[in-house]
Amino acid sequence: MLQDQDRIFTNIYGFHDPGLAGARSRGDWDGTRDLIAKGRDWIIEEMKNSGLRGRGGAGFGTGLKWSFMPKESDGRPHYLVVNADEGEPGTCKDREIMRHDPHKLVEGCLIAGFAMGAHAAYIYVRGEFYRETEALQRAIDEAYEAKLLGVDACSSGWTMDVYVHRGMGAYICGEETALIESLEGKKGQPRLKPPFPANAGLYGCPTTVNNVESIAVAPTILRRGAEWFANLGKPNNTGTKLFNISGHVEHPCTVEEEMSIPLKTLIEKHAGGVRGGWDNLLAIIPGGASVPVLPKSICDTVLMDFDSLREVRSGLGTAAVMVMDKSTDIVAAIARLSAFYKHESCGQCTPCREGTGWMSRVMSRMVTGDATVEEIDILEQVTRQVEGHTICALGDAAAWPIQGLIRHFRGEIEDRIKRKSGGGARAA
Amino acid sequence: MPKLTIDGEEIEVEAGLTVLQACELAGKEIPRFCYHERLSVAGNCRMCLVEVAPGPPKPAASCALPVSDGMTIKTDSEMVKKARRGVMEFLLINHPLDCPICDQGGECDLQDQAMGYGTDRSRFLENKRAVEDKNLGPLIKTIMTRCIHCTRCIRFATEIAGVPEMGATGRGEHMEVGTYVEKALTSELSGNMIDLCPVGALTSKPYAFTARSWELKKTESVDVLDAVGANIRVDARGPEVMRVLPRNNDDVNEEWISDKSRFACDGLKRQRLDKPYLRKNGKLQPVEWNEALAAVGAKLSKTDSKKIAAIAGDMADCESMLALRDLMASLGVPNLDCRQDGAKIGGGARSGYLFNTSIAGIDDADALLIVGANPRLEAPVLNARIRKRYLMGGFKAAVIGENVDLTYPAAHLGAGPDSLSRLISGEDPFAEVLKKAERPMLIVGMGALTRNDGAAVLGLARKAAETFGMIDGDWNGFNVLHTAASRVGGLDLGFLPGEGGRDTAGILSGADSGDIEVVYLLGADEIDTSKLDKAFVVYQGHHGDAGAHVADAIFPGAAYTEKSATYVNTEGRAQHGALAVFPPGEAKEDWAILRALSAVLNKVLPFDTLAQVRSKLAEAHPVFAHIDSVIAEPWGDFGADGAADPAPFKSPIDNFYMTDPISRASKTMAECTAVARGEVLEQTGTDG
Repeated sequence: MLQDQDRIFTNIYGFHDPGLAGARSRGDWDGTRDLIAKGRDWIIEEMKNSGLRGRGGAGFGTGLKWSFMPKESDGRPHYLVVNADEGEPGTCKDREIMRHDPHKLVEGCLIAGFAMGAHAAYIYVRGEFYRETEALQRAIDEAYEAKLLGVDACSSGWTMDVYVHRGMGAYICGEETALIESLEGKKGQPRLKPPFPANAGLYGCPTTVNNVESIAVAPTILRRGAEWFANLGKPNNTGTKLFNISGHVEHPCTVEEEMSIPLKTLIEKHAGGVRGGWDNLLAIIPGGASVPVLPKSICDTVLMDFDSLREVRSGLGTAAVMVMDKSTDIVAAIARLSAFYKHESCGQCTPCREGTGWMSRVMSRMVTGDATVEEIDILEQVTRQVEGHTICALGDAAAWPIQGLIRHFRGEIEDRIKRKSGGGARAA
Repeated sequence: MPKLTIDGEEIEVEAGLTVLQACELAGKEIPRFCYHERLSVAGNCRMCLVEVAPGPPKPAASCALPVSDGMTIKTDSEMVKKARRGVMEFLLINHPLDCPICDQGGECDLQDQAMGYGTDRSRFLENKRAVEDKNLGPLIKTIMTRCIHCTRCIRFATEIAGVPEMGATGRGEHMEVGTYVEKALTSELSGNMIDLCPVGALTSKPYAFTARSWELKKTESVDVLDAVGANIRVDARGPEVMRVLPRNNDDVNEEWISDKSRFACDGLKRQRLDKPYLRKNGKLQPVEWNEALAAVGAKLSKTDSKKIAAIAGDMADCESMLALRDLMASLGVPNLDCRQDGAKIGGGARSGYLFNTSIAGIDDADALLIVGANPRLEAPVLNARIRKRYLMGGFKAAVIGENVDLTYPAAHLGAGPDSLSRLISGEDPFAEVLKKAERPMLIVGMGALTRNDGAAVLGLARKAAETFGMIDGDWNGFNVLHTAASRVGGLDLGFLPGEGGRDTAGILSGADSGDIEVVYLLGADEIDTSKLDKAFVVYQGHHGDAGAHVADAIFPGAAYTEKSATYVNTEGRAQHGALAVFPPGEAKEDWAILRALSAVLNKVLPFDTLAQVRSKLAEAHPVFAHIDSVIAEPWGDFGADGAADPAPFKSPIDNFYMTDPISRASKTMAECTAVARGEVLEQTGTDG
């Protein structure tokens, strides 16, 4: 359980002033200049030591990512791009940061930008986040006015400009290279890797794309020390994390908690428990729409961190916990996700373009049981044909929920098929 | 050089290659749809997946993965086979299996690879997607439901053709390739998209439903509709040319041809001269060969040789020009010209009328000055080569002449010879660019050389080349861009006025005034034929075009697809075209007609077979002994000093789609002309 003094986002609910004065009173922009004065290598080393893993879903070490940027510019500018295209279903953490604690992000941009030799940061905000964009822009304006950004930002000698760019609401633009394409004004389609953005990203220049939360927590980590952050959670899964709990709970919420908190504790403590009690739980999707669903038996004991969830063949993702009680039609729920991925596939590469449509159509038949039992295996094989064969991870994300469903709820699908065809076992 | 292991075999390859290229070097076949070696890498079809170690435990797209030392690649492992089967299945689920009515059938990548890598049945039980067809103009037929979204056409339009008019709209399954706002493509190279399309989504509109690829007899030949000498394959069925496709030749056309070269072939079936004619009582009447030859022979033999003239047209082959030259020489006729457009070239050093840099040499240039040419219309394939050079970077171009979109940025320095003089004197800032360039080149076109002051302009161009160091050791940056396939060959053969002879303008004015009584037109149509009313005109050619209209005797000849003939392209590269179909009716190969005429005149030409003509050609000029190669020519004397008329240069090509008897007879080219002029575009959608 996270102690109050270890909280990073102290205004996540907007009870206090989100402006510069309020942010300063909560410790933001405190000694930023001194942090920068400690130099690039120190910042990156400290980030590495903190064990912070990227908060956008893939969980790649943030410090390590920053260290991939060239130490010296070869003449090309470096860019920091902040991914605020929060589109993963169930996820609602970045928008809270932008609404209520935007200065953490803005300060993070300065420090991260300095650490990777970038003089410009682009924050790519999801198009639907209109008010969030306004709030963020307000914070940036305040920072410029207070000379915290711009030439000689915070009197550090470093020039840093931060720009906000609004997306148009395509889920795929949350993929880092598609985001870069979109930022360049092109159709949002992922790029082939290699080359990785650290070599050739925005406008062909070295670029690092980080999630809002990863950037926003950086100043606090540097101020309080890597060791403090690393001591929270478990090794390799350190620090605090914003969890978004939604679905069949008493009080859906976004809450900052320590990594590796038991899933059950998280829900009971912060969300008022599952509607109708823990025993009424059917399944939980623990990390946003892309990760496989977990049945109650696993939810009883699993810890909320990257490695523990991976062990049970799911993932932490964006830590968007979607709770489904026994009233849920689990097949329909996953079919809805399949429809989402069909809708959001960019269409560039074959397995995803064709596979998402195929999977979604079969899933919608599975909902009504209008299929054969053999088709469950075909569907499973189709997900395997998509997974790992695509340019970006959207193909994987479309495949995994279905794989999770078949793994844990195959009986439910079979029952429907048999019921529909009139033969075999009838469910109670 | 990185060492790799491919399917257990070690191979060392150049750094910078992709895994796919390395596998090809190792003799492994890697299926692909989106990858094309002349286009950027898209990596979207996912067909070329291979297993690579070290790397993540999933297959990797070999087209986009650079090789690195110590890689182990498997192209036939279980993982790879499964991946290919999977991708193949995905490609086919929404592809209409309408191969029996698809024009791509028999030469379809999807069909072939489905046989090789797919399974024999589908597990897809849902409805297939259908996509509305697009109207891309009179050349490209679309059946967009067949599209597999490889984006080759998009990349071709954007990268090679330089007209970013194609793109993808919509997402996921709804992604559609098209122009967004429906329009005809404005590229002179658009037909190449048909070849690039791996499926039947883009097919040839004029060729639609006319033949199956396996019925066609394929003949390798060269194109004569411009002076590039693009290598082509002529596909014929029986006596009919069904289509023309490009052949790969990295030194000339890579694997592209212009839309005119590709689509004008329907003109070969219309307006043809298939019988000899004689004008009797003011009307052309079909006659037997003997009668026609005798009549012309009688006319020639009783006319004073000073009053006879011959003009060779733009598509004349070297064999017939040699025959006509020698025949005229035997009659003592001095009035010969192969420059029907009046270009002031020839006579001097050979380097004075060649594209000396060579087409492939454009790749090495770093600055370009274009004078009085519009290569986009005069030689679209060559223009694409310049664009390719521009895309490589470190290349600056400028134009003196018409300010047009060449598909690459080119500074417009002015419209006429004055601007060239200003550049030479260093007054124009582009002079600095040319001076600093290591390999500058200059292209002077017919828009500059066919004027009355053409010789002076040529002299100016020569001066520019010398001023800016374009002639330097092995590098010769001076280039003449011809528009006629026959021109360089004619100049090489000396098909030019002899002692006291008249050139084209002189012949025409002489015919008008009565000083010239017999004019022999060897396929010459693009001249002012109104001046030929008084003269006895013999027209030897294949189309009933301007020349035939004023003719008093017509010898039906063979078009380029109907004879084995030699052409020299603008670089000075001699190439053999080949007979794909026989000439229609009583038409004959052109050199043979002249050989027959020589017998009637008792001036028998010393050859009876094509081989003998060709050995005479080789005697006449060494270029004909070196087929398919370019001989570097020494810098020499050409051009003239003198004042140039300040009038602006104007490209000789006004309408790209109609420049010669074949394209003027082509219905397809007529449609393209109408579309290009904005007259019609077949209306679809909301227009009705």
